[in-house]
Amino acid sequence: MEYLGIKPNKPKVAVFDFSGCEGCELQLVNKEDTLIDFLSAIDLRGWREASSVINDDYDIALIEGSITRDDEIKRLEKIRSHAKVLVALGSCACFGGVNQMKNVFDLKKANQEVYGDKPKETAKVKAVKDVVKVDLEIPGCPISKAEVESIIRHLAWGMPFSYPVYPVCVECKQRFTTCMFEKGLMCLGPITMAGCNAPCPAGGLGCWGCRGPAKDPNYESFFAIARERGFSTAEVNERLNFFGGFQEVNAK
Amino acid sequence: MIFKTIVKEDLKKLFNVHLKDVECVGPKQVATSNDGKAVYQFLPFESFDEINLNHEKTEYSAKTYFLPFRETLSTFNFKNGDWDQEIKYRKQQRVLVGLHPCDINALVKLDKVFAKDLFPSPYYRSRRENTFVIGIDCDKPCTDGFCASVGADVVTHGFDLFLRDIGDKYFVKVGSDRGLNVLNKISPTDISPEERKSYRKKTKEFLAGFKNTIRVENLPNTLDIEFESPVWKKWGDKCLSCGSCAMVCPTCYCYGVSEQISMDFKKSEKVKQLYSCNLLDFAMVAGAHNFRPARETRLKYRYYHQHRGFVESFGEPKCVGCNRCGRACLANINPVDVISDLQMEL
Repeated sequence: MEYLGIKPNKPKVAVFDFSGCEGCELQLVNKEDTLIDFLSAIDLRGWREASSVINDDYDIALIEGSITRDDEIKRLEKIRSHAKVLVALGSCACFGGVNQMKNVFDLKKANQEVYGDKPKETAKVKAVKDVVKVDLEIPGCPISKAEVESIIRHLAWGMPFSYPVYPVCVECKQRFTTCMFEKGLMCLGPITMAGCNAPCPAGGLGCWGCRGPAKDPNYESFFAIARERGFSTAEVNERLNFFGGFQEVNAK
Repeated sequence: MIFKTIVKEDLKKLFNVHLKDVECVGPKQVATSNDGKAVYQFLPFESFDEINLNHEKTEYSAKTYFLPFRETLSTFNFKNGDWDQEIKYRKQQRVLVGLHPCDINALVKLDKVFAKDLFPSPYYRSRRENTFVIGIDCDKPCTDGFCASVGADVVTHGFDLFLRDIGDKYFVKVGSDRGLNVLNKISPTDISPEERKSYRKKTKEFLAGFKNTIRVENLPNTLDIEFESPVWKKWGDKCLSCGSCAMVCPTCYCYGVSEQISMDFKKSEKVKQLYSCNLLDFAMVAGAHNFRPARETRLKYRYYHQHRGFVESFGEPKCVGCNRCGRACLANINPVDVISDLQMEL
Protein backbone atom coordinates (compact mmCIF):
# COMPACT_ATOMS: atom_id res chain seq x y z
CA MET A 1 0.00 0.00 0.00
CA GLU A 2 1.13 3.49 -0.82
CA TYR A 3 -0.44 6.75 0.25
CA LEU A 4 0.32 10.23 -1.12
CA GLY A 5 3.46 8.77 -2.67
CA ILE A 6 4.71 7.49 0.65
CA LYS A 7 5.44 3.82 1.11
CA PRO A 8 5.32 2.24 4.55
CA ASN A 9 8.34 0.65 6.11
CA LYS A 10 8.08 -3.04 6.70
CA PRO A 11 10.15 -3.43 9.84
CA LYS A 12 12.21 -6.61 10.12
CA VAL A 13 11.12 -8.00 13.46
CA ALA A 14 12.37 -10.89 15.55
CA VAL A 15 11.03 -12.06 18.90
CA PHE A 16 13.25 -13.68 21.53
CA ASP A 17 12.33 -15.32 24.79
CA PHE A 18 14.40 -15.39 27.94
CA SER A 19 13.31 -16.31 31.50
CA GLY A 20 9.57 -15.89 31.62
CA CYS A 21 6.32 -17.67 30.96
CA GLU A 22 6.14 -16.69 27.28
CA GLY A 23 2.71 -15.27 28.02
CA CYS A 24 3.59 -11.97 26.39
CA GLU A 25 4.54 -13.75 23.18
CA LEU A 26 1.25 -15.58 23.42
CA GLN A 27 -0.47 -12.20 23.66
CA LEU A 28 1.14 -11.30 20.34
CA VAL A 29 -0.62 -14.19 18.62
CA ASN A 30 -3.79 -13.83 20.67
CA LYS A 31 -5.58 -10.92 19.05
CA GLU A 32 -6.89 -12.97 16.14
CA ASP A 33 -9.04 -10.30 14.53
CA THR A 34 -5.98 -8.29 13.54
CA LEU A 35 -3.34 -11.03 13.58
CA ILE A 36 -3.11 -11.37 9.80
CA ASP A 37 -2.83 -7.59 9.39
CA PHE A 38 -0.24 -7.45 12.16
CA LEU A 39 1.87 -10.15 10.53
CA SER A 40 1.47 -8.48 7.12
CA ALA A 41 2.75 -5.19 8.49
CA ILE A 42 6.03 -6.71 9.63
CA ASP A 43 8.75 -8.75 8.01
CA LEU A 44 9.09 -11.59 10.48
CA ARG A 45 12.65 -12.77 11.00
CA GLY A 46 12.29 -15.09 13.95
CA TRP A 47 9.62 -15.95 16.46
CA ARG A 48 9.43 -19.51 17.64
CA GLU A 49 5.87 -19.27 18.91
CA ALA A 50 4.54 -18.24 15.52
CA SER A 51 6.97 -19.18 12.78
CA SER A 52 9.81 -21.53 11.80
CA VAL A 53 11.76 -18.65 10.23
CA ILE A 54 15.15 -18.01 11.81
CA ASN A 55 17.23 -15.15 10.46
CA ASP A 56 19.89 -12.96 12.02
CA ASP A 57 19.04 -10.00 9.80
CA TYR A 58 16.51 -7.99 11.81
CA ASP A 59 16.00 -4.36 12.75
CA ILE A 60 13.65 -4.71 15.71
CA ALA A 61 14.28 -7.23 18.46
CA LEU A 62 11.44 -7.84 20.90
CA ILE A 63 12.88 -9.32 24.07
CA GLU A 64 10.62 -11.23 26.39
CA GLY A 65 11.59 -12.44 29.87
CA SER A 66 14.17 -11.51 32.48
CA ILE A 67 17.84 -12.41 32.50
CA THR A 68 18.81 -15.07 35.02
CA ARG A 69 21.85 -16.93 33.64
CA ASP A 70 25.24 -16.07 32.19
CA ASP A 71 24.46 -17.69 28.83
CA GLU A 72 21.40 -15.46 28.61
CA ILE A 73 23.62 -12.41 29.01
CA LYS A 74 25.82 -13.56 26.10
CA ARG A 75 22.80 -14.30 23.92
CA LEU A 76 21.24 -10.93 24.73
CA GLU A 77 24.44 -9.06 23.93
CA LYS A 78 24.59 -10.79 20.56
CA ILE A 79 20.99 -9.81 19.80
CA ARG A 80 21.79 -6.24 20.79
CA SER A 81 24.65 -6.14 18.31
CA HIS A 82 22.30 -7.20 15.48
CA ALA A 83 19.30 -5.06 16.35
CA LYS A 84 18.81 -1.42 15.45
CA VAL A 85 16.02 -1.13 17.98
CA LEU A 86 15.76 -3.34 21.04
CA VAL A 87 12.42 -3.51 22.79
CA ALA A 88 11.84 -4.95 26.27
CA LEU A 89 8.53 -6.76 26.04
CA GLY A 90 6.54 -7.27 29.24
CA SER A 91 7.17 -6.73 32.93
CA CYS A 92 9.87 -9.43 33.19
CA ALA A 93 11.96 -7.82 30.47
CA CYS A 94 11.27 -4.29 31.72
CA PHE A 95 11.63 -4.74 35.48
CA GLY A 96 12.58 -8.35 36.17
CA GLY A 97 8.89 -9.11 36.74
CA VAL A 98 7.64 -11.75 39.14
CA ASN A 99 11.01 -13.52 38.80
CA GLN A 100 12.90 -10.75 40.56
CA MET A 101 11.16 -11.62 43.84
CA LYS A 102 13.81 -14.34 44.03
CA ASN A 103 16.45 -11.66 44.56
CA VAL A 104 15.54 -11.05 48.19
CA PHE A 105 16.25 -14.70 49.05
CA ASP A 106 19.51 -16.55 49.38
CA LEU A 107 20.17 -17.90 45.87
CA LYS A 108 21.20 -21.36 47.05
CA LYS A 109 18.11 -21.74 49.20
CA ALA A 110 15.88 -20.53 46.40
CA ASN A 111 17.48 -23.00 44.02
CA GLN A 112 16.98 -25.84 46.48
CA GLU A 113 13.36 -24.86 47.14
CA VAL A 114 12.54 -25.11 43.44
CA TYR A 115 14.84 -27.80 42.13
CA GLY A 116 15.50 -29.85 45.27
CA ASP A 117 18.67 -31.93 44.96
CA LYS A 118 18.99 -31.20 41.23
CA PRO A 119 20.13 -27.57 41.32
CA LYS A 120 20.20 -25.49 38.12
CA GLU A 121 22.46 -22.64 37.22
CA THR A 122 20.83 -19.42 38.32
CA ALA A 123 21.88 -15.87 39.07
CA LYS A 124 20.20 -12.78 40.46
CA VAL A 125 17.36 -11.75 38.17
CA LYS A 126 18.06 -8.76 35.94
CA ALA A 127 15.87 -6.63 33.76
CA VAL A 128 17.00 -6.37 30.13
CA LYS A 129 18.11 -2.78 30.68
CA ASP A 130 20.51 -3.95 33.39
CA VAL A 131 22.41 -5.91 30.73
CA VAL A 132 22.13 -4.02 27.44
CA LYS A 133 20.80 -0.69 26.20
CA VAL A 134 17.02 -0.77 25.78
CA ASP A 135 15.38 1.58 23.26
CA LEU A 136 11.78 1.04 24.21
CA GLU A 137 9.92 -0.65 27.04
CA ILE A 138 6.47 -2.19 26.70
CA PRO A 139 5.54 -3.09 30.27
CA GLY A 140 2.62 -5.22 31.43
CA CYS A 141 1.93 -8.71 32.66
CA PRO A 142 0.99 -9.62 30.08
CA ILE A 143 1.58 -6.87 27.55
CA SER A 144 -1.29 -5.21 25.75
CA LYS A 145 -1.27 -6.29 22.13
CA ALA A 146 -2.98 -3.05 21.16
CA GLU A 147 0.05 -1.17 22.44
CA VAL A 148 2.42 -3.36 20.42
CA GLU A 149 0.28 -2.78 17.35
CA SER A 150 0.45 0.97 17.80
CA ILE A 151 4.24 0.71 18.00
CA ILE A 152 4.32 -1.30 14.78
CA ARG A 153 2.10 1.34 13.14
CA HIS A 154 4.54 3.93 14.37
CA LEU A 155 7.44 2.05 12.81
CA ALA A 156 5.58 1.39 9.54
CA TRP A 157 4.02 4.78 8.87
CA GLY A 158 5.50 7.09 11.45
CA MET A 159 2.15 7.39 13.22
CA PRO A 160 2.62 9.19 16.54
CA PHE A 161 3.00 6.86 19.46
CA SER A 162 2.97 7.62 23.16
CA TYR A 163 2.11 5.97 26.45
CA PRO A 164 -0.49 7.48 28.74
CA VAL A 165 1.19 9.52 31.47
CA TYR A 166 -1.82 9.20 33.73
CA PRO A 167 -2.56 6.44 36.24
CA VAL A 168 -4.91 3.45 35.92
CA CYS A 169 -7.71 5.33 37.77
CA VAL A 170 -8.66 7.13 34.56
CA GLU A 171 -9.29 3.83 32.80
CA CYS A 172 -11.22 2.38 35.75
CA LYS A 173 -13.45 5.42 35.77
CA GLN A 174 -13.89 5.30 32.00
CA ARG A 175 -15.19 1.75 32.26
CA PHE A 176 -17.34 2.51 35.33
CA THR A 177 -15.47 0.27 37.72
CA THR A 178 -16.28 0.90 41.38
CA CYS A 179 -13.09 1.94 43.16
CA MET A 180 -11.26 -0.95 44.80
CA PHE A 181 -10.57 1.19 47.88
CA GLU A 182 -14.32 1.83 48.12
CA LYS A 183 -14.70 -1.94 48.39
CA GLY A 184 -11.96 -2.12 51.01
CA LEU A 185 -9.32 -3.58 48.70
CA MET A 186 -5.72 -2.51 48.16
CA CYS A 187 -4.95 -1.12 44.70
CA LEU A 188 -1.86 0.42 43.08
CA GLY A 189 -4.02 2.00 40.39
CA PRO A 190 -3.45 5.61 41.53
CA ILE A 191 0.32 5.35 40.94
CA THR A 192 0.51 2.83 38.10
CA MET A 193 0.78 3.78 34.43
CA ALA A 194 -2.47 3.30 32.50
CA GLY A 195 -2.67 1.75 29.05
CA CYS A 196 -3.88 -1.69 30.08
CA ASN A 197 -7.53 -0.57 30.18
CA ALA A 198 -7.72 -1.61 33.84
CA PRO A 199 -8.87 -5.23 33.47
CA CYS A 200 -7.86 -6.31 37.00
CA PRO A 201 -10.04 -3.87 38.98
CA ALA A 202 -12.90 -4.57 36.54
CA GLY A 203 -12.52 -8.22 37.52
CA GLY A 204 -12.53 -7.37 41.22
CA LEU A 205 -8.77 -7.47 41.82
CA GLY A 206 -6.89 -4.36 42.90
CA CYS A 207 -4.03 -3.25 40.64
CA TRP A 208 -0.65 -4.94 41.28
CA GLY A 209 1.33 -2.39 39.31
CA CYS A 210 2.58 -4.63 36.48
CA ARG A 211 3.09 -1.63 34.20
CA GLY A 212 5.24 0.26 36.67
CA PRO A 213 4.77 3.85 37.76
CA ALA A 214 2.70 6.50 36.00
CA LYS A 215 4.58 9.69 35.25
CA ASP A 216 5.24 11.79 38.35
CA PRO A 217 3.16 9.68 40.74
CA ASN A 218 2.27 11.17 44.11
CA TYR A 219 3.76 8.44 46.30
CA GLU A 220 3.55 10.41 49.52
CA SER A 221 -0.17 11.02 49.21
CA PHE A 222 -0.76 7.46 48.05
CA PHE A 223 1.05 5.98 51.05
CA ALA A 224 -0.90 8.23 53.39
CA ILE A 225 -4.17 7.07 51.80
CA ALA A 226 -3.19 3.39 52.10
CA ARG A 227 -2.23 3.91 55.75
CA GLU A 228 -5.47 5.74 56.57
CA ARG A 229 -7.41 2.89 55.05
CA GLY A 230 -5.71 0.38 57.26
CA PHE A 231 -3.14 -1.17 54.93
CA SER A 232 0.18 -1.90 56.57
CA THR A 233 3.52 -0.77 55.19
CA ALA A 234 4.40 -4.41 54.61
CA GLU A 235 1.26 -4.93 52.52
CA VAL A 236 1.98 -1.89 50.40
CA ASN A 237 5.61 -2.83 49.90
CA GLU A 238 4.71 -6.39 48.96
CA ARG A 239 2.59 -4.99 46.16
CA LEU A 240 5.20 -2.51 45.06
CA ASN A 241 7.84 -5.24 44.90
CA PHE A 242 5.70 -7.81 43.14
CA PHE A 243 6.57 -7.00 39.53
CA GLY A 244 9.65 -4.93 40.26
CA GLY A 245 8.39 -1.82 38.52
CA PHE A 246 8.49 0.34 41.63
CA GLN A 247 12.12 -0.08 42.62
CA GLU A 248 12.41 3.70 42.88
CA VAL A 249 10.23 3.76 45.97
CA ASN A 250 9.10 1.94 49.09
CA ALA A 251 6.48 2.89 51.67
CA LYS A 252 7.85 3.84 55.08
CA MET B 1 -45.76 24.43 33.52
CA ILE B 2 -48.31 21.64 33.70
CA PHE B 3 -48.58 19.70 36.98
CA LYS B 4 -50.13 16.26 37.31
CA THR B 5 -50.11 13.40 39.75
CA ILE B 6 -49.75 9.69 39.03
CA VAL B 7 -50.15 6.67 41.25
CA LYS B 8 -46.79 5.01 41.84
CA GLU B 9 -47.78 1.70 40.33
CA ASP B 10 -48.52 3.51 37.05
CA LEU B 11 -44.91 4.63 36.71
CA LYS B 12 -43.90 0.99 36.73
CA LYS B 13 -46.54 0.33 34.09
CA LEU B 14 -45.15 3.17 32.00
CA PHE B 15 -41.79 1.43 31.79
CA ASN B 16 -42.84 -2.19 31.72
CA VAL B 17 -45.61 -1.72 29.16
CA HIS B 18 -45.40 1.54 27.24
CA LEU B 19 -41.62 2.00 27.10
CA LYS B 20 -40.63 -1.63 26.86
CA ASP B 21 -39.26 -1.27 23.33
CA VAL B 22 -37.07 1.72 24.11
CA GLU B 23 -33.69 1.59 25.82
CA CYS B 24 -34.31 2.66 29.43
CA VAL B 25 -31.54 3.70 31.79
CA GLY B 26 -31.88 4.20 35.52
CA PRO B 27 -30.12 3.95 38.90
CA LYS B 28 -29.15 0.32 39.44
CA GLN B 29 -27.22 -1.03 42.39
CA VAL B 30 -23.84 -2.35 41.22
CA ALA B 31 -21.96 -2.96 44.46
CA THR B 32 -21.92 -2.50 48.20
CA SER B 33 -19.25 -0.25 49.64
CA ASN B 34 -16.97 -1.23 52.48
CA ASP B 35 -19.21 0.63 54.94
CA GLY B 36 -22.30 -1.21 53.79
CA LYS B 37 -23.82 1.42 51.51
CA ALA B 38 -25.36 0.54 48.18
CA VAL B 39 -23.44 1.85 45.16
CA TYR B 40 -25.63 2.94 42.25
CA GLN B 41 -24.89 3.67 38.61
CA PHE B 42 -27.11 4.80 35.72
CA LEU B 43 -27.39 1.60 33.69
CA PRO B 44 -29.78 0.11 31.13
CA PHE B 45 -32.60 -1.95 32.64
CA GLU B 46 -35.23 -4.34 31.28
CA SER B 47 -37.73 -4.24 34.12
CA PHE B 48 -38.60 -1.33 36.40
CA ASP B 49 -37.90 -3.55 39.43
CA GLU B 50 -34.19 -3.49 38.60
CA ILE B 51 -33.86 0.19 39.48
CA ASN B 52 -34.31 2.15 42.68
CA LEU B 53 -35.64 5.69 42.44
CA ASN B 54 -34.92 6.16 46.15
CA HIS B 55 -31.19 5.97 45.47
CA GLU B 56 -29.22 8.63 47.29
CA LYS B 57 -26.82 9.47 44.46
CA THR B 58 -25.19 7.54 41.66
CA GLU B 59 -21.45 6.89 41.74
CA TYR B 60 -21.06 8.23 38.19
CA SER B 61 -23.11 11.02 36.70
CA ALA B 62 -25.47 10.61 33.76
CA LYS B 63 -23.01 12.64 31.67
CA THR B 64 -21.80 9.53 29.90
CA TYR B 65 -25.08 9.23 27.97
CA PHE B 66 -24.42 12.65 26.42
CA LEU B 67 -20.65 12.93 26.50
CA PRO B 68 -19.31 9.38 26.45
CA PHE B 69 -15.77 8.87 27.71
CA ARG B 70 -14.81 7.73 24.21
CA GLU B 71 -16.59 8.65 21.04
CA THR B 72 -15.63 8.18 17.40
CA LEU B 73 -16.11 11.55 15.74
CA SER B 74 -15.44 10.39 12.23
CA THR B 75 -14.10 7.45 10.30
CA PHE B 76 -11.86 7.79 7.26
CA ASN B 77 -11.68 5.03 4.67
CA PHE B 78 -8.65 5.01 2.40
CA LYS B 79 -9.05 3.57 -1.06
CA ASN B 80 -7.45 4.01 -4.47
CA GLY B 81 -5.18 6.77 -3.25
CA ASP B 82 -8.17 8.73 -2.00
CA TRP B 83 -10.28 8.73 1.12
CA ASP B 84 -13.84 9.26 2.26
CA GLN B 85 -15.18 10.40 5.57
CA GLU B 86 -18.04 8.90 7.51
CA ILE B 87 -19.76 10.63 10.42
CA LYS B 88 -22.37 8.99 12.60
CA TYR B 89 -24.48 10.68 15.25
CA ARG B 90 -26.23 8.62 17.86
CA LYS B 91 -29.93 8.90 17.09
CA GLN B 92 -31.47 5.94 18.90
CA GLN B 93 -34.09 6.93 21.43
CA ARG B 94 -33.29 6.47 25.07
CA VAL B 95 -35.15 7.11 28.30
CA LEU B 96 -33.11 8.25 31.26
CA VAL B 97 -34.91 8.03 34.59
CA GLY B 98 -33.97 8.89 38.17
CA LEU B 99 -31.92 12.03 37.59
CA HIS B 100 -31.73 14.28 40.61
CA PRO B 101 -31.76 18.09 40.47
CA CYS B 102 -27.94 18.15 40.35
CA ASP B 103 -27.95 15.82 37.34
CA ILE B 104 -30.53 17.82 35.44
CA ASN B 105 -28.92 21.15 36.23
CA ALA B 106 -25.68 19.63 34.98
CA LEU B 107 -27.40 18.86 31.66
CA VAL B 108 -28.72 22.42 31.51
CA LYS B 109 -25.14 23.66 31.91
CA LEU B 110 -23.84 21.24 29.28
CA ASP B 111 -26.63 22.48 26.98
CA LYS B 112 -25.23 25.98 27.31
CA VAL B 113 -21.81 24.78 26.20
CA PHE B 114 -22.69 22.16 23.59
CA ALA B 115 -26.16 23.06 22.31
CA LYS B 116 -26.63 26.78 22.70
CA ASP B 117 -23.17 28.32 22.46
CA LEU B 118 -21.49 29.66 19.34
CA PHE B 119 -20.39 26.25 18.10
CA PRO B 120 -23.03 23.66 18.95
CA SER B 121 -21.87 20.06 18.94
CA PRO B 122 -24.01 17.89 16.68
CA TYR B 123 -22.80 14.83 18.57
CA TYR B 124 -24.12 16.21 21.85
CA ARG B 125 -27.32 17.63 20.40
CA SER B 126 -28.26 14.41 18.71
CA ARG B 127 -27.90 12.49 21.97
CA ARG B 128 -29.63 15.16 24.01
CA GLU B 129 -32.61 15.54 21.69
CA ASN B 130 -33.11 11.81 21.46
CA THR B 131 -32.99 11.27 25.21
CA PHE B 132 -36.19 11.49 27.20
CA VAL B 133 -35.31 12.69 30.70
CA ILE B 134 -37.38 11.79 33.75
CA GLY B 135 -36.01 13.39 36.89
CA ILE B 136 -36.93 12.95 40.51
CA ASP B 137 -36.51 15.29 43.45
CA CYS B 138 -34.41 14.16 46.39
CA ASP B 139 -36.44 13.27 49.44
CA LYS B 140 -33.85 14.96 51.61
CA PRO B 141 -30.44 16.49 50.89
CA CYS B 142 -27.72 13.87 50.53
CA THR B 143 -25.12 13.76 53.28
CA ASP B 144 -22.39 15.60 51.39
CA GLY B 145 -24.14 17.50 48.62
CA PHE B 146 -24.06 21.29 48.54
CA CYS B 147 -26.25 21.83 45.48
CA ALA B 148 -28.23 24.51 47.32
CA SER B 149 -25.07 26.64 47.57
CA VAL B 150 -24.62 26.68 43.80
CA GLY B 151 -28.28 27.05 42.89
CA ALA B 152 -28.62 23.49 41.62
CA ASP B 153 -31.06 22.17 44.24
CA VAL B 154 -34.09 23.25 42.24
CA VAL B 155 -34.92 22.41 38.64
CA THR B 156 -37.12 24.51 36.42
CA HIS B 157 -36.31 23.10 32.98
CA GLY B 158 -34.06 20.67 31.15
CA PHE B 159 -36.30 17.60 31.64
CA ASP B 160 -39.34 16.00 30.06
CA LEU B 161 -40.93 14.86 33.30
CA PHE B 162 -39.91 15.59 36.87
CA LEU B 163 -41.26 13.68 39.83
CA ARG B 164 -41.56 14.23 43.54
CA ASP B 165 -42.61 11.48 45.87
CA ILE B 166 -45.60 12.77 47.88
CA GLY B 167 -46.48 9.54 49.65
CA ASP B 168 -48.71 7.23 47.67
CA LYS B 169 -48.34 9.26 44.49
CA TYR B 170 -45.80 11.07 42.39
CA PHE B 171 -46.30 14.76 41.81
CA VAL B 172 -45.22 15.35 38.20
CA LYS B 173 -43.90 18.49 36.56
CA VAL B 174 -44.29 18.29 32.79
CA GLY B 175 -41.39 19.93 31.02
CA SER B 176 -42.13 19.26 27.35
CA ASP B 177 -44.82 18.31 24.81
CA ARG B 178 -43.40 14.87 24.43
CA GLY B 179 -43.38 14.62 28.23
CA LEU B 180 -47.11 15.21 28.31
CA ASN B 181 -47.71 12.73 25.49
CA VAL B 182 -45.83 10.02 27.34
CA LEU B 183 -47.49 10.85 30.64
CA ASN B 184 -50.93 10.65 29.04
CA LYS B 185 -50.36 6.96 28.36
CA ILE B 186 -50.85 6.25 32.06
CA SER B 187 -53.83 8.55 32.69
CA PRO B 188 -52.45 11.19 35.06
CA THR B 189 -54.85 13.16 37.20
CA ASP B 190 -55.02 16.89 37.75
CA ILE B 191 -53.55 17.99 41.05
CA SER B 192 -55.83 18.52 44.02
CA PRO B 193 -55.31 21.43 46.45
CA GLU B 194 -54.07 18.90 49.04
CA GLU B 195 -51.56 17.46 46.64
CA ARG B 196 -50.29 20.93 45.80
CA LYS B 197 -49.89 21.63 49.49
CA SER B 198 -48.21 18.32 50.13
CA TYR B 199 -45.77 18.94 47.24
CA ARG B 200 -44.88 22.42 48.45
CA LYS B 201 -44.46 21.23 52.03
CA LYS B 202 -42.12 18.43 50.94
CA THR B 203 -40.15 20.83 48.77
CA LYS B 204 -39.86 23.31 51.62
CA GLU B 205 -38.62 20.63 54.01
CA PHE B 206 -36.06 19.51 51.43
CA LEU B 207 -34.75 23.03 50.86
CA ALA B 208 -34.50 23.65 54.60
CA GLY B 209 -32.57 20.46 55.21
CA PHE B 210 -29.16 21.44 53.83
CA LYS B 211 -26.24 21.22 56.21
CA ASN B 212 -23.37 21.69 53.78
CA THR B 213 -23.28 25.26 52.63
CA ILE B 214 -20.65 27.45 51.08
CA ARG B 215 -21.12 30.93 49.73
CA VAL B 216 -20.08 31.26 46.13
CA GLU B 217 -21.36 34.70 45.10
CA ASN B 218 -18.02 36.35 45.70
CA LEU B 219 -15.95 33.29 44.84
CA PRO B 220 -14.74 34.50 41.40
CA ASN B 221 -13.25 37.55 43.14
CA THR B 222 -11.79 35.49 45.96
CA LEU B 223 -10.21 33.13 43.45
CA ASP B 224 -8.64 36.04 41.61
CA ILE B 225 -7.20 37.54 44.78
CA GLU B 226 -6.03 34.19 46.16
CA PHE B 227 -4.21 33.01 43.05
CA GLU B 228 -0.99 32.63 45.05
CA SER B 229 -2.64 31.28 48.20
CA PRO B 230 -0.78 28.52 50.11
CA VAL B 231 -4.14 26.73 50.20
CA TRP B 232 -3.44 25.47 46.67
CA LYS B 233 -0.22 23.82 47.73
CA LYS B 234 -1.86 22.29 50.79
CA TRP B 235 -4.50 20.54 48.67
CA GLY B 236 -2.26 20.10 45.63
CA ASP B 237 0.19 18.06 47.71
CA LYS B 238 -2.59 15.57 48.38
CA CYS B 239 -3.73 15.35 44.75
CA LEU B 240 -2.96 12.04 43.02
CA SER B 241 -3.47 13.64 39.60
CA CYS B 242 -5.64 10.64 38.77
CA GLY B 243 -8.47 12.52 37.09
CA SER B 244 -11.17 10.66 39.02
CA CYS B 245 -12.86 13.95 39.98
CA ALA B 246 -13.36 15.00 36.39
CA MET B 247 -14.45 11.53 35.30
CA VAL B 248 -17.33 11.36 37.79
CA CYS B 249 -18.19 15.08 37.49
CA PRO B 250 -21.53 15.65 35.76
CA THR B 251 -20.25 18.79 34.01
CA CYS B 252 -16.52 18.25 33.32
CA TYR B 253 -16.33 18.09 29.55
CA CYS B 254 -12.69 18.70 28.59
CA TYR B 255 -11.39 16.24 26.03
CA GLY B 256 -8.57 15.28 23.75
CA VAL B 257 -8.79 14.07 20.16
CA SER B 258 -6.51 11.50 18.58
CA GLU B 259 -6.30 9.74 15.24
CA GLN B 260 -6.19 6.00 15.34
CA ILE B 261 -5.31 4.00 12.28
CA SER B 262 -6.38 0.39 11.83
CA MET B 263 -3.80 -2.39 11.71
CA ASP B 264 -4.54 -3.01 8.01
CA PHE B 265 -3.87 0.71 7.35
CA LYS B 266 -7.14 1.02 5.43
CA LYS B 267 -9.16 2.94 7.97
CA SER B 268 -8.59 5.70 10.45
CA GLU B 269 -10.74 7.02 13.25
CA LYS B 270 -10.78 10.40 14.91
CA VAL B 271 -11.50 9.55 18.52
CA LYS B 272 -12.52 11.91 21.26
CA GLN B 273 -11.58 10.98 24.82
CA LEU B 274 -12.73 12.89 27.88
CA TYR B 275 -9.69 14.10 29.78
CA SER B 276 -9.02 15.81 33.08
CA CYS B 277 -7.23 19.05 33.82
CA ASN B 278 -5.56 17.31 36.76
CA LEU B 279 -3.69 14.87 34.54
CA LEU B 280 -0.01 15.67 34.13
CA ASP B 281 0.01 16.42 30.42
CA PHE B 282 -3.27 18.35 30.22
CA ALA B 283 -1.46 21.60 29.41
CA MET B 284 1.41 20.02 27.50
CA VAL B 285 1.94 21.66 24.12
CA ALA B 286 4.05 21.03 21.03
CA GLY B 287 7.71 20.93 21.91
CA ALA B 288 6.77 19.18 25.17
CA HIS B 289 6.42 22.39 27.14
CA ASN B 290 4.04 21.91 30.04
CA PHE B 291 2.24 25.02 31.21
CA ARG B 292 1.05 23.28 34.38
CA PRO B 293 3.70 20.86 35.56
CA ALA B 294 2.79 21.20 39.26
CA ARG B 295 -0.11 19.30 40.83
CA GLU B 296 -1.25 22.31 42.78
CA THR B 297 -1.48 24.40 39.61
CA ARG B 298 -3.58 21.81 37.86
CA LEU B 299 -5.87 21.42 40.86
CA LYS B 300 -6.21 25.17 41.13
CA TYR B 301 -7.22 25.54 37.51
CA ARG B 302 -9.91 22.91 37.96
CA TYR B 303 -11.44 25.13 40.64
CA TYR B 304 -10.94 28.17 38.45
CA HIS B 305 -12.91 26.62 35.61
CA GLN B 306 -15.67 25.46 37.93
CA HIS B 307 -16.09 28.67 39.86
CA ARG B 308 -14.54 31.48 37.87
CA GLY B 309 -14.09 30.82 34.14
CA PHE B 310 -17.53 29.32 33.71
CA VAL B 311 -19.11 32.18 35.67
CA GLU B 312 -17.45 34.61 33.31
CA SER B 313 -18.85 32.80 30.27
CA PHE B 314 -22.27 31.79 31.50
CA GLY B 315 -23.02 33.79 34.65
CA GLU B 316 -23.12 30.79 36.95
CA PRO B 317 -20.68 28.23 38.36
CA LYS B 318 -20.10 25.02 36.43
CA CYS B 319 -20.28 23.02 39.66
CA VAL B 320 -23.69 21.58 40.63
CA GLY B 321 -22.66 20.69 44.17
CA CYS B 322 -23.15 16.92 43.97
CA ASN B 323 -19.75 16.24 45.57
CA ARG B 324 -19.21 13.18 43.38
CA CYS B 325 -15.65 14.47 42.96
CA GLY B 326 -15.23 14.59 46.73
CA ARG B 327 -16.51 11.03 47.08
CA ALA B 328 -14.34 9.71 44.27
CA CYS B 329 -11.22 11.44 45.59
CA LEU B 330 -9.11 9.03 47.62
CA ALA B 331 -7.23 12.02 49.04
CA ASN B 332 -10.51 13.52 50.23
CA ILE B 333 -10.13 16.72 48.24
CA ASN B 334 -13.65 18.12 48.11
CA PRO B 335 -15.08 21.49 47.06
CA VAL B 336 -16.63 22.40 50.41
CA ASP B 337 -13.34 22.02 52.27
CA VAL B 338 -11.14 23.57 49.58
CA ILE B 339 -13.41 26.59 49.09
CA SER B 340 -13.96 27.08 52.83
CA ASP B 341 -10.20 26.93 53.32
CA LEU B 342 -9.70 29.54 50.65
CA GLN B 343 -12.37 31.82 52.07
CA MET B 344 -10.85 31.61 55.53
CA GLU B 345 -7.40 32.48 54.19
CA LEU B 346 -7.05 35.85 55.88
